[in-house]
Amino acid sequence: MPRALPYLLLLPATLFLVVFFLYPFVNVAWDSVTRGGEMTLANYQRMASHWKFPTAFWNTLLLAGIVVPIQLAMALTMASIVTKLQKGRSTLLYIFAIPLGISDLAAGLIWLAIFEQSGFLNSMLYGLGVIERPILFLSYQNTWVILLAIVLAEVWRATAIMMVILVAGMGLIPKEYGEAAEVFGASRWQRFTRVTLPMLKPSLQTALILRVILAFEVFAVVVALGGTQFPVLMSETYQWQFTMQDRGVAAAYAMVILGISVAFTLVILRLLHVPKEARI
Amino acid sequence: MAEIRIKGVAKDFGTFTALHDVDLTIADREFMVLLGASGCGKTTLLRIIAGLETATKGEVWIGDRRVDQLPPRERGIAMVFQNYAVFPHLTVFENIAFGLRMKRMPQAEVTRRVTRTAELMHIEQLLKRYSGQLSGGQRQRVAVARALAMEPEVILMDEPLSNLDALLRLEMRAELKGVLAGSNTTTIYVTHDQVEAMSLADRISVMNGGKIVQAAGPVEVYRNPAARFVGSFIGNPPMNFLSASPAGAGQWQVGGQVFAGPEAPAAEFAIRPEDLHPSDTGLPAEVRVVEPLGPHTLVTATVAGQPFRAVIDSTLVPRPGDVLHLAPMADRIRWFNPETQKAL
Repeated sequence: MPRALPYLLLLPATLFLVVFFLYPFVNVAWDSVTRGGEMTLANYQRMASHWKFPTAFWNTLLLAGIVVPIQLAMALTMASIVTKLQKGRSTLLYIFAIPLGISDLAAGLIWLAIFEQSGFLNSMLYGLGVIERPILFLSYQNTWVILLAIVLAEVWRATAIMMVILVAGMGLIPKEYGEAAEVFGASRWQRFTRVTLPMLKPSLQTALILRVILAFEVFAVVVALGGTQFPVLMSETYQWQFTMQDRGVAAAYAMVILGISVAFTLVILRLLHVPKEARI
Repeated sequence: MAEIRIKGVAKDFGTFTALHDVDLTIADREFMVLLGASGCGKTTLLRIIAGLETATKGEVWIGDRRVDQLPPRERGIAMVFQNYAVFPHLTVFENIAFGLRMKRMPQAEVTRRVTRTAELMHIEQLLKRYSGQLSGGQRQRVAVARALAMEPEVILMDEPLSNLDALLRLEMRAELKGVLAGSNTTTIYVTHDQVEAMSLADRISVMNGGKIVQAAGPVEVYRNPAARFVGSFIGNPPMNFLSASPAGAGQWQVGGQVFAGPEAPAAEFAIRPEDLHPSDTGLPAEVRVVEPLGPHTLVTATVAGQPFRAVIDSTLVPRPGDVLHLAPMADRIRWFNPETQKAL
């Protein structure tokens, strides 16, 4: 009995995952490769041949490609500053983490309230006399402004999650390493690149995987700010499922998102791998 | 030339004063040990010299340069840390090469220096390994090799042997002494271990409460402590102290015996435990504990109600309760001022 006990204790959680995660997941996978009860790749063909698919695919990658590096740089900077603070460290962490407590749709709406035609930005510019009449920022004519707004909203919303992980990681690096590097001639920047970054790899791994996967799933912020002007994989999944009522193609989209998430996770794991003997 | 001069250096941490106006000059190529109990300020002083801590006031000079405003890397120093600080993400080779890479030294010179210092520290077969694959002693060797590879004017060592087990510490101590004697560096070595200090140092600075109490050669510090603290801190077992009452000009009565001493209003008698020999007329010591140590026997006793220890020949076997008469060697008796605690 004592040998079975750990498994018994894990059973509820396992069951929960099987019923509410594995089962639907297998269903979706199955939906993506069947049509009218027959095995087929028709869903994938239909998805790929639709004119919006390449745009949605590249938009998603472009967004992740812009947002994640910016967030990484900002999170590293913020974490370095927070780590060096003597006082007020937790206060600052809480302030930085406020956007994390807001749902992504709400975050999208906040930034919509800034950028829309009657929004804060227009009111302010008009009030200052910079412009004569409100500008339509988020129109199909200037997609790049939509992209910029989405990037801003995403950076504002989700940088803190990376920062929190990196702060924890930096706290694990004994300060003697930095001092040794300092004594042996490393400048501030060299200490960061030659000591802090390599020793931060495990935390960087976690932060990047988490953030990259979330970036591929970006949805509410994009819909709130861009509507259908800026298609991404997730919003297309939504369109096919609910507007076009086509489960199969929606499932195919879901599998594509899964596919690129897994691929990037593997790449990050490989790139930031630390051999066992070289760990702290 | 790397003479180190410390002028009026003080350090406050908030309301706590870690160092009080320390003045110290360390000669070129001298091996100076900063010795003291934990919290005496010795590590703070070392870190100020290294530039890892900023002094509240005072000046630090290395050679003819004032360095207290310079960052560590511009001071011409290398350091060995208590926890080694061998980088886990770099191989032993790259660890030793770290400082040389920062100086953008040509690869051939880097290889030459790393190989030479690795051989000196007997770790040439470990160059490809990571720190996680090394024992504590091997990491220590890497840390020393990394410092030596810089061929610095000054090497600072912060309790480098304190994390090693006793046998290894003994071995590394002898090796460090040999290696550093062969280099042209000035060494400042922090330790709380008096044996380490005695065996390594050209000079020892004994520190207490953020002040240097005495800076002198090991034998001088041992034989002629400048203060009561030095006598009680150095030596195992430490110096014995007995109260003395005046018995005429320059005469003092101690434990029923009269000794010639200094002319002073008050004095305290001191003698090292090994500077006593059994006789018929010495200080009457009532034996409490007897500990045979092989070559000698350590006797813990009381003289006139005050604790007293003696190291005597092991052929003599006193029993607890016996009264031994222990005569101090006249030229080894020291006197301290009970007020100022300074030597008289």
